[in-house]
Amino acid sequence: MSLTPDSVPRLPRGVRLRHDTVRNAHVLLAPERTFDLDQNAVAVLGLVDGSRSIRAIAEALAQQYETDRSIIEPDVITMLDGLLLKRVLETVPAA
Amino acid sequence: MNAVTHASSPALPAPIGLLAELTHRCPLRCPYCSNPLELDRRSAELDTATWQRVLAEAASLGVLHVHLSGGEPTARQDIVEITRACAELGLYSNLITSGVAGALDKLDALSEAGLDHVQLSVQAVEAANAERIGGLKNAQPQKFAFAERVTALGLPLTLNAVIHRGNIAEVPALIDLAVRLGAKRLEVAHTQYYGWAYVNRAALMPAKADVDRSIRTVEEARERLKGQLVIDLVVPDYYAKYPKACAGGWGRRLMNVTPTGKVLPCHAAETIPGLEFWHVQDHSLAQIWADSPAFRAYRGTDWMQEPCRSCDRREKDWGGCRCQALALAGDAAATDPACSLSPLHGKVQALAIAESALETAPDYQYRTIGGAPRTAVPEGAPV
Repeated sequence: MSLTPDSVPRLPRGVRLRHDTVRNAHVLLAPERTFDLDQNAVAVLGLVDGSRSIRAIAEALAQQYETDRSIIEPDVITMLDGLLLKRVLETVPAA
Repeated sequence: MNAVTHASSPALPAPIGLLAELTHRCPLRCPYCSNPLELDRRSAELDTATWQRVLAEAASLGVLHVHLSGGEPTARQDIVEITRACAELGLYSNLITSGVAGALDKLDALSEAGLDHVQLSVQAVEAANAERIGGLKNAQPQKFAFAERVTALGLPLTLNAVIHRGNIAEVPALIDLAVRLGAKRLEVAHTQYYGWAYVNRAALMPAKADVDRSIRTVEEARERLKGQLVIDLVVPDYYAKYPKACAGGWGRRLMNVTPTGKVLPCHAAETIPGLEFWHVQDHSLAQIWADSPAFRAYRGTDWMQEPCRSCDRREKDWGGCRCQALALAGDAAATDPACSLSPLHGKVQALAIAESALETAPDYQYRTIGGAPRTAVPEGAPV
C-alpha cells in the first residue's frame, strides 16, 4: 500500500492539525499520540484537504518555493506514506 | 515561551496529557483495575463546573490530550457536557470506556459534542472468559454493539486488552477481533502490578514462555497488518531488562485528577505514604504542576540513589516506577526492581516465576467500592 500522485489524502476523524500556542509549534494530534511537525510537514499538511491530489499539493508547493514539482513530489509521497502506515492519514476513495 | 517557571529549574516543560478520572464507579470489577483500593464515592465527586474550569486551566497550561477515564466515565450524567468543553477548548478528547451499561446510549451525543477518539476495553475474546474476568454477565455482546456504533459514527476506535494469565492464550484471537471490529489500534497491555493488580498478582502473573510467545505473536501481526492495524505492546516489567518511565517520567508529561479533585503525578501515586497532594479546589493546575510537593518529590534526577544516579539511562526511564519501588523494595526512591540493575531484580523475577507456576491460580479479589482487601500488600512484601 503506497500513495501515488493521483491519491487524494485527507486527515481522518480523530486526527487534527493544531497550533500549540504554549509551545509555539504545530502538532498533529492523533489517538494516544502527538506528532511534532517541522515546517515542511506543516506546509504539506496545510494543503491536505480531501480534495487536492498529491500532484496538486506538490504543484502548489513548487510554486510557493519556486522549484520544480518533480523535485518535491517524491518527498511529499514519502512523508504522507509514513502517516498512512501509522493510520493517521487516509485517502479519498476514487469516484 | 510560556513554560511554567520553577524555583530550581528555569523552564519546566508543560504537561502534555491530563488523565481525568471522572468517577470510580464502574459496572465491571476487573481484578487488575488501576484505580486505588480505596475507591471514591459518588457523593464526593467534583461537579460539572469544576471539571470545566480544570479543563480550561489544562488547555492554557499546555495540555493537548485529555483522557476521559474512570471507573466508567459514561456513568457520569454530565459526560457529554465535559466532552463538549474539551472540544471547545481545542483539547483532544479520548474516551476510555468499558462500553457497557449506559455507554451506548450516550455515544451519539458524545460524537456530536466533538469526541475525538474511543478506547474500548476488552477482557478476552471468548465471552465466558471475558465475563469471568470483568465480573459482569452479558458484557461481551454490549461491548461488540458499542464497537460497531463507534465505527459507524466514523470515530477512530482503539481496543485495549490487559493481558494476564487468564487471557494470554487469546492474544492471536484479540488481534483478529480488533481487525473484525474495525479498530485502527490495539493495545496489548501486559498487566502492571499496582493497585488491584498487585493484590491479585499471584492470580494474574503469566508464565515467561507465554509472555515471550505473546510478544512474537504481536511482532508477526504488526508486519502482517501493516497499514491496517497499529499494535502497541506494553511488556510486563517483572520479566523485563529495563523499567518503564513512569508516566513518561514523574511530573514531566502527565497530570492525573482523581474523582474528588486530588492531583497526582500518576494514578497509583497515593500508595506512596507521606506525599502531599494538592486539590483543584485549592490551587490552579499551573500552581500544582509547578509547586505541589507530590510533583516535586521525584521530578528530574536529583532524588535518585545508585544505581540510577550514575546510570546513563537515568533520563530515559527516570528510575522506573516509584510506586513499584515502594511496593517491592520498601523505598519509593529506590531503583525500580523491574530494572536488571536493581539488586532486587533477581528476587522479583524468581517471584514472578514462582507465582506463574502455581498449578491453580488463586481466585480473583474483584474490585469493589468500599470493599478494599484488608491486606493491600501480598504476604512477604517487600518482594
